Amino acid sequence: MKKIGLSTLVIAGALSMGSSLAQQRQTIKLATLSPLSGGQSDLGTQIKNGAQVAVNEYRAQFQKLGFNLQLVGFDDQADPATGTAAARRIAADRAILGVVGTLNSGVAIPASAALAPSNVAMVSPANTANAVTDRGLKNMNRIVARDDSQGPNGARYLVDTLKAKKVYVLNDKTAYGEGLASEVEKYLRSKNVAIAGAEGTEEKNDFSSIITKIQALQPDAIYFGGIYNQIGVFAKQLREAGVNVPLMGGDGLDSAELLTIAGNGAKNIYFTTVAAPLTELPAAQKFADAYKKAFNDNAQGFGAFGYDAAKVVLEGMLKAVRDNKNKLPTRAQVQTAIRANKVSGLLSGTVQFNSVGDRREAKLYVIKVNDQLKFAPAGSVDVKAPRQ
Amino acid sequence: MELGIVAFVLTNVLVKGLLVGFVYAIIALGYTMVYGVLQLINFAHSEVFITGGVVGFEVFRILGPSPMNGYLKLAIALIAAMIVAGFLNVLIERLAYRPLRNAPRLVPLISAIGVSLVLQDVIRFLEGLAGRFNLVYVLPDVFTQRAFGVPVPFSTAIVPVQGKDVIVIVVAILMLVGLTYLVNYTRLGRAIRAVAQDRTTSGLMGIDANRIISLTFLIGGALGGVGGVLFGIFFSKVDPYAGTIPGIKAFTAAVLGGIGSIPGAVLGGLVLGLLENLIGVLNVFAQVPALGFLKSIGAEYKDIGAFIALILILIFRPAGLLGRNTTEKV
Repeated sequence: MKKIGLSTLVIAGALSMGSSLAQQRQTIKLATLSPLSGGQSDLGTQIKNGAQVAVNEYRAQFQKLGFNLQLVGFDDQADPATGTAAARRIAADRAILGVVGTLNSGVAIPASAALAPSNVAMVSPANTANAVTDRGLKNMNRIVARDDSQGPNGARYLVDTLKAKKVYVLNDKTAYGEGLASEVEKYLRSKNVAIAGAEGTEEKNDFSSIITKIQALQPDAIYFGGIYNQIGVFAKQLREAGVNVPLMGGDGLDSAELLTIAGNGAKNIYFTTVAAPLTELPAAQKFADAYKKAFNDNAQGFGAFGYDAAKVVLEGMLKAVRDNKNKLPTRAQVQTAIRANKVSGLLSGTVQFNSVGDRREAKLYVIKVNDQLKFAPAGSVDVKAPRQ
Repeated sequence: MELGIVAFVLTNVLVKGLLVGFVYAIIALGYTMVYGVLQLINFAHSEVFITGGVVGFEVFRILGPSPMNGYLKLAIALIAAMIVAGFLNVLIERLAYRPLRNAPRLVPLISAIGVSLVLQDVIRFLEGLAGRFNLVYVLPDVFTQRAFGVPVPFSTAIVPVQGKDVIVIVVAILMLVGLTYLVNYTRLGRAIRAVAQDRTTSGLMGIDANRIISLTFLIGGALGGVGGVLFGIFFSKVDPYAGTIPGIKAFTAAVLGGIGSIPGAVLGGLVLGLLENLIGVLNVFAQVPALGFLKSIGAEYKDIGAFIALILILIFRPAGLLGRNTTEKV
């Protein structure tokens, strides 16, 4: 009798210990930092939702190790100051061990600098500006190709595939747009292609003077380094003025909103993008279904890359947990684990970072808006990081 | 560079500059009327005007699928925008300016900036509820089709004019004529002019100054609403923050023409529109050998050039182009 009583006691004790363990289960948070309101919220929400799909998949795995996994979405409004303020709030929440973000290079640069002292690792699904990783921060990584690949490859497409002989180059005067445009100009000059005009504009509404110049100089292609909400209006006014030459840009055009804003003017727009259209990612169907089910919205390219970036961060966390004998790792340990890890089986292939956080082998895709006003893939190129 | 191309560029500058100038003029009237009666720069006017643009977007969006005549839709959009923007402006005056009527001049200026920021985010919030931010106008086909073309001298080219360009000019001119009549030839206009001239004395003559000030805000706001719809039709898109820059430009136009003067606001708007478009195309003339120095003046100098012109005009004519230092102002 006594023996049985004792064993019941032990079992009861074990049970109560188990439940107290569950109560004390530590929370690990993954943060996203992207524009959730404002003109680029369409892309920013894709990143957050994509990361949410990854978190849903990994929740059970973290639970087994004794951790609650949570996603917190921060809004940077595509604005460096707002993004930096959000980064400080992220740094203050000790449960956040990693960040997926940002959409805009201009935001990532100050935000990652603000997170660097507290060793919060960032993995960007979208930042292409060279300076994002060229500063050599330990916490900043990206899973996409760099601007210095996007510009030359876009320009190469203009020259080789679209046979452009005279190009008008525009930019939106941001770090992103100017970076793209100057790389394009450099490539065009090296191939002796005429540059009809090269200028920047912050104008959002009235493009009449630029369009007048384009009509006067008659280039056979236009390159515009900028974002869809500006270029959409430009394209609409350009086509209304009767100019139908190909208009090319960077991944800032990769949004369905482009088609809404430009309407019929979107025809014959090309862009290079680091985020593949879902049709170009063989493994993406399952993700697209999960996304649709969770958010009742269609996943786009940045959603898939948000998902991949989140997986890279989460795999890094798991590695850090294992290296730390299944105890809660520090932020610095997670940061080191993410940089050193090799994650395969992602929607976009295998991710491995070089010493500064560039993906060693990334891909660049060219997309065209066809006559039915749909995004259609028009080729892809492999891009190696300049440093291996 | 061929003469034909030069003529083409200049004709384009003239046509597009006048068009955008009329939009600025309509918005500038709201600044100038309020300044006339209160000597207050109503910085919230840029949001009042974009509210009109948002109302216009909503009308065209809701009526989009209906087979109704396009011009009827336009009339509904204009009237709805006038009502909403006009009463919004009255409300702003009642809540944010009237309690500060006797405060130092800087105080209502600050509250105007505050109202402007609040309104931006209210609009963003309301449209955000429906998941919208970029409000793209759904226009009837007749508006976007080519109406006629302006022949370019010395060349076979023509500058196409779309239906919506004609609408902008016709509506703007109707508004200007109506306003001029209202201010100069009606009892209400006389009362507005009296309040602008001397509020205390006009009170002694039996004019209810508060009522007149409210009516001035109503008219100014309604004009802003029309300006917003024209802006949306002309540029095809508005968003909650789109009012700021055109607002500043319209204010510049009002100062350029002489703030407080109605013809001044119109002239200022037209001059600003033309100047902007001219400076925006300057570097195309760098191909002419003697004008190579223009090469670096790209489209980004459009705004800077307009503001330099403003500074120059204010140095030589401090009261603006048509401003007079007399008491005859509204």
